[in-house]
Amino acid sequence: MTEAVRVSRLRKTFRGGKVALNDVSLSVQRGEMIALIGASGSGKSTLLRHIAGLAIADRAQTGCEIAVLGNSVQQGGRLARDIRALRGRIGFVFQQFNLVERLTVETNVLVGLLIRVPLWRSLLRWFTRAEKEIAQNALARVGIRECCPQRAGTLSGGQQQRAAIARALVQKAEVILADEPIASLDPESSRRVMETLARINREDGITVLVSLHQVGYATRYCPRVVALRNGEIVFDGPSAAITPALLSDIYGSEIDAIGDEEFSVDDTRLPTRPAIAAFAGGLSLAEARA
Amino acid sequence: MTDNAQTLRPAPSRPDMLRNSFLKTLGYALAGAFLIWSWQGAEMNPLVLVRESGNIAELAGDFFPPDFTEWRFYLREMIVTLQLAVWGTLLAIILAVPFGLLCSANIAPWWIYQPMRRLMDAFRAINEMVFAMLFVVAVGLGPFAGVLALFVHTTGILAKLFSEAVESIDPRPVEGIRATGALAIEEIVFGVIPQVMPLWISYSLYRFESNVRSATVVGMVGAGGIGVVMWEGIRGFYFAQTCAVIIMIVITVSLVDVISAQIRKRFI
Repeated sequence: MTEAVRVSRLRKTFRGGKVALNDVSLSVQRGEMIALIGASGSGKSTLLRHIAGLAIADRAQTGCEIAVLGNSVQQGGRLARDIRALRGRIGFVFQQFNLVERLTVETNVLVGLLIRVPLWRSLLRWFTRAEKEIAQNALARVGIRECCPQRAGTLSGGQQQRAAIARALVQKAEVILADEPIASLDPESSRRVMETLARINREDGITVLVSLHQVGYATRYCPRVVALRNGEIVFDGPSAAITPALLSDIYGSEIDAIGDEEFSVDDTRLPTRPAIAAFAGGLSLAEARA
Repeated sequence: MTDNAQTLRPAPSRPDMLRNSFLKTLGYALAGAFLIWSWQGAEMNPLVLVRESGNIAELAGDFFPPDFTEWRFYLREMIVTLQLAVWGTLLAIILAVPFGLLCSANIAPWWIYQPMRRLMDAFRAINEMVFAMLFVVAVGLGPFAGVLALFVHTTGILAKLFSEAVESIDPRPVEGIRATGALAIEEIVFGVIPQVMPLWISYSLYRFESNVRSATVVGMVGAGGIGVVMWEGIRGFYFAQTCAVIIMIVITVSLVDVISAQIRKRFI
């Protein structure tokens, strides 16, 4: 089995009638690192959430199926029965990190082991020394071992995001889905998070599918880019093949809203103004509510 | 904010203004009628306070000086009162955790949380004193009946407060746990409980304070504690001793409030 993710004819209509994804099909091979790009609201997050089985496709669509690592995630608008076991093999990294802020970083990372720990121990939050060591090693790999005993809420955004990646590592995820992992981070943290993702893709052969708002990061770290516009795939190919014409097609009027520096490949100049983060964050919240 | 809203609205036309002022007057008239109606229903009669002021002064005089000769006995009963409040509250907390979760719309399906909420409403609607009377009949006179009374009533209150805390959590960390393939119960233990813990602790301590106050009166219907002593005192016209008991209650309740406020501060 060399196919990590297969999406066939995915269609999603939000309550209220907005079509978020329209007949999306995508195939990802094992070991690939792919960027999903597109304007806010183009369906990037929605697509990733469907692949992880955190959102459910329209029932009416025929032939709609999503499979990860050869196992069905959902089919015809119904989640697979053994979705939890499959989720255990998929790491998900969120834009807002989604760590439990009041738990320690170590415990947050240990959550990645829950699928392997007997239920009675996990309910008591009782982890063995060996398990804690696994968590600490994962934190060391992402470069924040010293943060282990701190509460997750006390960490900076970049550190929290790396802790979230450590959780996926502990999970022994074979596929990592990262939903705008750097949209809330400053350029330095963004670079570190992207390098961490690229490294585990390279060293562990973990398939990485990462949605990015900034094209610069996409072309820099991902050999293959998939572009979405209004819920449809408008480009799927090597990042070298991206042209300015294609970008203005993808982003349309948003170029005015965000500014031209958006498309600069020089990441020190990439915009991380709060307005953009709020813009993207606000939209993803609206999507979650819909 | 409201000023802005008003300036943004177009100026009302003259018939509109007339209608608004008419509605306003009608509103005041209705409110006034409601207050007068309630005054009559409650048989309000402040003049009695003046007419009977002599009697009231005499009664108040009987309370002083307070008679503390039996203070050892009062203290023992006061401790029983606290013990009764501790167990009534603790049992309620233990049960309110699952009940509170089952009352939460973001945890349980509607066909579980709706009936659970109605059950908790019933627990809450009936006063501790009523439960105390019922349990005295069921399990006999003594503090255990008081424990059960506080337990049932407090479970209803805490389950509601706990579920309100659960419904206001941030759903994103819970989704983060779900994405790892964890079970629903693990989502609760790792994602929900840590978020609501400070509020749950604060609510529990607050209910403990309330329960100490309630525990001092459930004795009046025979459910143990200092209330029994106070009731005997009032019924036997031993006002000086009653006064001593009341002073001890005030001191104990104030102490418990201060201590629990100190503990609560650490969790917020």
